[in-house]
Amino acid sequence: MLAVEHLFKRFGGFTAVSDVSFHVEQGEILGLIGPNGSGKSTIFNMLAGAFAPTAGSIRFEGRELAGLMPHRIVHMGIGRTFQIPRPFRRLSILENAALAGYYGQEHVTRTEAWEAAEEALEMVGLPTDPRAETSSLGAAGLKKLELAKALATKPRLLLADESLGGLDDSEMDQAADMLGKIRAEKGITVIWVEHIMGVLMRVVDRVMVLDHGEKISEGSPSEVANDPRVIEVYLGTDTIDTGAAADA
Amino acid sequence: MNSVTLPVAFAALLVVAAIVGIPSYPLHIMIVILIWAFTYTGWSLMGRFGLVSLGHGAFMGLGAYATALLWNYAGMTPWLGIPIALALAALLAVIVGYPCFKFRITGHYFALVTLALTEVVRQTVIATRDHTGGSLGFTPTPRGNDDTPSIVALQFQDKETWFLIAVAVWLVGLLIWRAVDRSMVRHALDAVSEDEDSAAAAGINVTWEKLKITVLSAVMTAFGGAMYVQYQLFVAPDTVSGIGISLQIVFAVVAGGVFTQFGPTFGAIITLLLAELLRIYIGTDAVGLDNAIYGVALVLFIVFLPKGILGSIEDAVRRRLDRQVRSSATSGA
Ligand SMILES: Nc1ncnc2c1ncn2[C@@H]1O[C@H](COP(=O)(O)OP(=O)(O)OP(=O)(O)O)[C@@H](O)[C@H]1O
Ligand SMILES: [Mg+2]
Repeated sequence: MLAVEHLFKRFGGFTAVSDVSFHVEQGEILGLIGPNGSGKSTIFNMLAGAFAPTAGSIRFEGRELAGLMPHRIVHMGIGRTFQIPRPFRRLSILENAALAGYYGQEHVTRTEAWEAAEEALEMVGLPTDPRAETSSLGAAGLKKLELAKALATKPRLLLADESLGGLDDSEMDQAADMLGKIRAEKGITVIWVEHIMGVLMRVVDRVMVLDHGEKISEGSPSEVANDPRVIEVYLGTDTIDTGAAADA
Repeated sequence: MNSVTLPVAFAALLVVAAIVGIPSYPLHIMIVILIWAFTYTGWSLMGRFGLVSLGHGAFMGLGAYATALLWNYAGMTPWLGIPIALALAALLAVIVGYPCFKFRITGHYFALVTLALTEVVRQTVIATRDHTGGSLGFTPTPRGNDDTPSIVALQFQDKETWFLIAVAVWLVGLLIWRAVDRSMVRHALDAVSEDEDSAAAAGINVTWEKLKITVLSAVMTAFGGAMYVQYQLFVAPDTVSGIGISLQIVFAVVAGGVFTQFGPTFGAIITLLLAELLRIYIGTDAVGLDNAIYGVALVLFIVFLPKGILGSIEDAVRRRLDRQVRSSATSGA
């Protein structure tokens, strides 16, 4: 479904993403992990068209994405969330999602957009009451709204940047369940970004690990959790989760 | 308050008043107010989304001069000249807007670009004085008593006719405002004005949406300019173009209220009465004084009354109504 080859991103002299290649199969959940500043969000920004790659190719369902405008990529079927939620504060919760439903799909009526919005909000567990304002949402609620906005565009591939602290364990579990549910019920392929392996290992099919902009490991959760290079990167941190290792 | 019925009712009231008879001077003042109100409404369509143009004098000047020049030099009826002028205004809006939006020139920088634009138009008029009359102004050739009918020349001797035209134009402006207010475009542009990246991630073509509203606003403003020159049968760079007029437009809309349907109309009443009072009581010494007052008042409004006079009154009324609804709900319970 998605084939990324030799992707580079340089900011001035600094290389944020260096020669990263990977692919995503239809229907899978790929976890993308790595410490702070390892280039995860930068890869997302290139996939979503917010940044132009310095070099490399991104092919989605056979079509080249590099150089396309973000809204074109949304129309092609890729939805993204932002790591730090970016809701439209002047719009209600429902209007936020409906806007994405209306502009994120091509050739839809207002009715269809509103239906897509309600469906997306129900999916993530937010109120569909037209009067509900974004100011009523906390950190977890805003993350859900990010997801709902992306889902309302009816994507086939969802780029979920969840790597934000501020969620407690049960909220993280909920988020993991949600992504599992999105794949199971909607058949949406997911790339899920996290700092930490934690709950992610429970849900993903494969994991890719980045460090300093380079891909250092890729494989099943248990393979990756036992990879010496990954252990080295995460050494001294307690973020490597035992859940996946225990599964293995 | 922002509906169809209220503007239509107002328009009907004005028409009835005109039929019953309004003396010439107040009629003149009202015509001018209505034409300006239309222009201001055009500006507010952009302004409400944070697209603050300090250059709408450019579009107004283009609308006025193109129409009048085509009439004088090509003998072209305004029925053709005005559409051409509007097309030119749309083109100018694209030429200036597209690079700004593509390269994300927003906020103050956008305002500065548009400010330069309006001076470019004013200076162009002055530089081509052989054809435009320069800063002395330009007079469309009166239609004379030959075979050109009034309707072809779009020149009318009686103020009543102009008044009816002005009411119709103004009403159309309010209805356009309402159509935008009710459309998805409004949500899209609200989103864009808050966060362009997030809007793009929702599938909005940011450049295109901004360009569309800019072109609409520019075309309306140019039409206001064309109406102005047809009515006044005189135009000068300083009365339709340049920084002074551009600032007056911003002041009027900000003072009246940028987020309400009648805000720009209210702004037109304020600015026109202010200009007339200055003219009557201080006389010609005061030329330019109104612009100084606009500048100062603009700052005061932005700081103290950002929703404008009408917008603030509407807010106050709404809060009062809310309170009444709530208290009657609690007393009913
Ligand atoms: N627009 C930019 N300009 C310059 N440098 C940038 C820009 N965006 C990201 N970077 C740099 O690129 C590197 C990778 O950043 P990125 O946001 O992709 O990391 P990340 O893996 O998402 O980190 P985190 O887990 O903290 O979200 C960082 O060093 C960052 O400072
Ligand atoms: Mg990140």
